[in-house]
Amino acid sequence: MAEVLLKVKNLSTLFRTEGGVVQAVDNVSFEVRAGETFALVGESGCGKSVTALSIMRLIPTPPGEITSGTVEFEGVDLLQLPGREMRAIRGSKIGMIFQEPMSSLNPVLTIQSQLAEPLKIHMNLSSSAANDRAEELVNMVGIPDAKTRLQQYPHQLSGGQRQRIMIAMAMSCAPRLLIADEATTALDVTIQAQILDLMQDVTEQSGASLLIITHNLGIVARYADRVAVMYAGKLREVSDATDMYAVPQHPYTVGLLRSVPRLDSDRGAPLTPIAGEIPDLTDLPDGCAFNPRCQWAVDRCFVEDPELEEISPGKQVACFEHASVALNV
Amino acid sequence: MWRYIAQRFLVSIPVIMMVGIITFTLVYVGPGDPAAIIGGDEATPEILARIRHDLGFDRPYIVQMGDWFLKLLRGDLGTSFFSGREITELITPRLQPTLSLGFQVVLLSTIIGISAGMLAAWKAGTRLDKYLMIFAVLGFATPGFWLAFLTIWVFAVNLGWFPVIGYKPIQDGLIPHLHSMFLPVMVNSILASAFISRITRSAMLEVLREDYIRTARAKGASEFSVFLRHAFRPSAIPVVTVIGATIAGLATGFVLTETIFAIPGLGRMLVDAIVRRDYPIIQALLMVVATVLIGVNLIVDILYAYIDPRIRY
Repeated sequence: MAEVLLKVKNLSTLFRTEGGVVQAVDNVSFEVRAGETFALVGESGCGKSVTALSIMRLIPTPPGEITSGTVEFEGVDLLQLPGREMRAIRGSKIGMIFQEPMSSLNPVLTIQSQLAEPLKIHMNLSSSAANDRAEELVNMVGIPDAKTRLQQYPHQLSGGQRQRIMIAMAMSCAPRLLIADEATTALDVTIQAQILDLMQDVTEQSGASLLIITHNLGIVARYADRVAVMYAGKLREVSDATDMYAVPQHPYTVGLLRSVPRLDSDRGAPLTPIAGEIPDLTDLPDGCAFNPRCQWAVDRCFVEDPELEEISPGKQVACFEHASVALNV
Repeated sequence: MWRYIAQRFLVSIPVIMMVGIITFTLVYVGPGDPAAIIGGDEATPEILARIRHDLGFDRPYIVQMGDWFLKLLRGDLGTSFFSGREITELITPRLQPTLSLGFQVVLLSTIIGISAGMLAAWKAGTRLDKYLMIFAVLGFATPGFWLAFLTIWVFAVNLGWFPVIGYKPIQDGLIPHLHSMFLPVMVNSILASAFISRITRSAMLEVLREDYIRTARAKGASEFSVFLRHAFRPSAIPVVTVIGATIAGLATGFVLTETIFAIPGLGRMLVDAIVRRDYPIIQALLMVVATVLIGVNLIVDILYAYIDPRIRY
């Protein structure tokens, strides 16, 4: 087994809002190994983006606050680092790509100055060296006519091109980990595939790990080695990607998979959405947060919240009834 | 860019023409008969008629206006009714005090306003931020003339640090000149920078919430660089707008300032001309002020395009 690059342990992040305290990330633990692609999956508002931002320590404080846990990256707890050392890691050892390619680039700075910036900050390159490197990066992410593009502003590029620039920027200092926070959600389906292939290519070439945050199970199936399923701030199932599709063991995972069309199902077979709706994070039900929507729920589920536990090598589930869930699928 | 500048420039020509027509018409239909003022109390109707004829007031409106415009094009602002001297000659010595006052106030209030606003945004939510904003609210809630009299009373009359009146031109030396202008410059700068600082603060705070600021932080940029390199320029548009509006406000505010502080500038000249119904001077000064304001607008428009590359009209 490859060595562990990122080890998140008991991470909790909350937001103090006017409506009350939102426990966006609740006692989350997982590991990303060197060179693998790890996917964090869940519906909007389940806390997956907040998890990523917590790793980078980019949670706006206030209202947000990381209340407990450790984020060990290459053996160092990022949460304990002084601001200066954390900045030295952002953009150099950990690169990050965000959801909105339209608003994630600064509208008043040229592509060149934005691309060259991390090179100047982290690698101490001179302006001309950084600009040369920026041109190589634009070529690397497959944008033609790099010289012209570098002089342009973000609004002169298409959404897909901007996301390619974001990848070039995140990869510019050869990071060990690339975090893609819903990086393709705002793009056309065909462009999505191109961008994901590009991310996989560049991380494979450099041996970096890729942490994909998405709500799209298709992306997970195609790109991820391992998956963590998140619901209402907690991880519910962590597993190899192939295992998860073959034998989902958490009722929420089952629900997610049933609501996606499959090529091998019968023609006209109905899709089954998950009944009910996402709970209000300021007012979660007692016991397991998924119990109002769960067909397997037993009495115990309404009083006690199951912890994530390892049920077989490489497979963790937070469900009292996981055995019957696995049998029923 | 040059095309855009040329375009904006051409657009300002008809605007100046319109201002000219309105200025001329307002004064033309306005009350008061300059012939009666020039002729004095004992003038007979015949004398008044002759004065009107000599000054060309018996000609039709269109002819008078056309005549005025043609002279303007040649750089001839006309002749004062009162002194009979060329207005360009009368204006020249008055330019320096007003321009000096305007330049100092714009420079000072921009520097103070932007730094205070950025400091408040940097320390948003802290005590420093609150104090700065209390000052800002006090600043633009304070009437200018009241603050002017207050500073005269405190710093000129009681403490005697600055002259009550007595403008010294730059020819007397830069230090005496700045010393004599200190109080009016301070009063106007405090008022103007209050507004600029509030706008700077709110624009900065808005931009700091943008996604690309988070991107900058994710790149490892320091907070200082996030502030100055990534956040300041995008938030400069409303700030530039406000500075432009401040200059427009100053142009009218100077009438008051120059009167209170006895500065022999264009503002005082305008007041004197209105009191004497010296129409050519009123018209000329309104044209000068309007041209300056249109020029300021032009510069603001060009700055917009420079600040934000997405702006091309």
